[in-house]
Amino acid sequence: MHMADALLSPAVGVTMWAASAGAIAYCSAKVRSELDDRKAPLMGVLGAFLFAAQMINFTIPATGSSGHLGGGLLLAILLGPCAAFLTIASVLVVQALFFADGGLLALGCNIFNMGFFPAFITYPFVYKKILGSNPNQKRLTMATLIAAVVGLQLGPFSVVLETLFSGISALPFTTFALLMQPIHLAIGIVEGFVTVAVVSFVYKARPEIMHGAMEVRPIGNHPVRNVLLAFLAAAILTGGGVSWFASKDPDGLEWAIARVTGKEELQGPEHGLYGALAAIQEKSAFLPDYSFKKPVEPKNKGENPAIEKKKEAEGNLGTSIAGIVGTLMTLALAFFSGFLLKKRNKAA
Amino acid sequence: MLSIDGVLLDFKRLDSLATGDSAIHRLDPRAKVLVTFVFIVTVVSFGKYELTAMVPFFIFPAVIIGLGNLPAGYIARKIALLCPFALVVAIFNPVFDREVLVQLGPLGITGGWISCASIVVRAALTVGAAIILLAVTGFPAICRALERLGMPAAFAVQLLFLYRYIFVLTEEGGRASRARALRSFGNKGLGMKTYGSLLGHLLLRTWLRAERIHMAMLARGFTGEFHTRHEFRFGRRELLFLLCWSTLFITLRLQNASQLLGSLVTGISR
Repeated sequence: MHMADALLSPAVGVTMWAASAGAIAYCSAKVRSELDDRKAPLMGVLGAFLFAAQMINFTIPATGSSGHLGGGLLLAILLGPCAAFLTIASVLVVQALFFADGGLLALGCNIFNMGFFPAFITYPFVYKKILGSNPNQKRLTMATLIAAVVGLQLGPFSVVLETLFSGISALPFTTFALLMQPIHLAIGIVEGFVTVAVVSFVYKARPEIMHGAMEVRPIGNHPVRNVLLAFLAAAILTGGGVSWFASKDPDGLEWAIARVTGKEELQGPEHGLYGALAAIQEKSAFLPDYSFKKPVEPKNKGENPAIEKKKEAEGNLGTSIAGIVGTLMTLALAFFSGFLLKKRNKAA
Repeated sequence: MLSIDGVLLDFKRLDSLATGDSAIHRLDPRAKVLVTFVFIVTVVSFGKYELTAMVPFFIFPAVIIGLGNLPAGYIARKIALLCPFALVVAIFNPVFDREVLVQLGPLGITGGWISCASIVVRAALTVGAAIILLAVTGFPAICRALERLGMPAAFAVQLLFLYRYIFVLTEEGGRASRARALRSFGNKGLGMKTYGSLLGHLLLRTWLRAERIHMAMLARGFTGEFHTRHEFRFGRRELLFLLCWSTLFITLRLQNASQLLGSLVTGISR
């Protein structure tokens, strides 16, 4: 499942962007240093293959529903981790732009969830380990199946964690995890079987491709550890940096506290446009409340329920109406301006 | 479900929008990429119960669609098609968050519904921004802009390669899929067995194609980089574009414009 911008907080989004960007930089340098320029067109065309393959569906036996290839593990098997990671990332970039799958800020999360796990976790630590040094058809099948299932448990779990840390969705952690993991267990099994089917087809038809792919030296612990360390460092750095910036802006909780205790009204209501407009209005019809109240976190709710209720009763209806009217007008204004510009463009 | 050909046609239509020639199209892609980034970050930085303050942000897609002369109906449809996906997750919010936050006469609106609506508005804004960026810039230009902004060259080459062959391979995949559909009756023949060998064949053809491409490129002196004649200039117009929009986004982030306008109007009419 694609992570979506709408469920993401900037801190999580930017952190995952940094992580994915770091991994892309590392893999680019690695692919470049291999000096195998045959790989450049191969990666490009295989990316396009993956893109096409994801559009072709098949019916899943006994369910009547249909599925398609995800392909992360397939690419890792064929290309090796670094090249596969870059290829998956490039496909996700195209999908984010052309199909708006997820969105641009969520791209970092999606590259990580769908590229990093198959290429750098399940491929070296599950697939390679089961395949061993003496691969045969049976081992290949087992390794592919298990690696696909593990990869498709890690990716969605990461989606759950990212959603949780962002705090936009109200889904509790356990409910979301219990929804996602079983669904993706089924998807993972199907993905495993499809990957096995494709891999064994290639193994039979062009064994030299698979031999070449299997002989790619099993990546030792060294590069993977490097990637993991780089990722960790990037995550800590940006996470720290972003949260420092974020904390300068009062968050929902602080705002709610300020409102309930009445210590602080909106930030800067008396200067700027806000103040000017307030001055224009002679009656005190200006409604300083927010349209939609920030919820009071349970912690404070116990302390100040009375003030909360009173305030709610006083200003809420008026504020809501003001909010709704204003929203509709702003929306109309926004679209009208676009429309006008377009008219003008046509006339010119 | 859309057919592969339908998807491809839609893809090509979106791609062809970038060939337009307007003041927005002519801007340096870096400016557009950066403005879109600021836009998305400011939109997602709103709290989960914020709804009205996000609405003024529709000014950005509306103005760019207007100035860039994009087909508004088509883009609106594309955005609307994606909103249900946001709704799938958002719809759980009203279930888990039942605290009444707004009282409209007898109607109590819970926080869950507000945050649910907020997620849908977020999705519309962020998805719209991505589609519009693509429509006024074009994929190759976005890649080059990102490369100039620090993306590794190897990844840029990968993206450009992918973009070139997506159309070829999707058409090939579409043909294979149609051939399979014509030969199957009901669900017979659409199962996993045929699928495996169909994809396998497609993969082998792809592999051979890659080898041919590689030889053809070597014959033409490929050294691992695409050279383009396109010139970049981040001039005064670009700087102005970037500064104006960023200032607007940050102002709108700090001041709830809908609320201001609404209270002004309702206040006067009272």
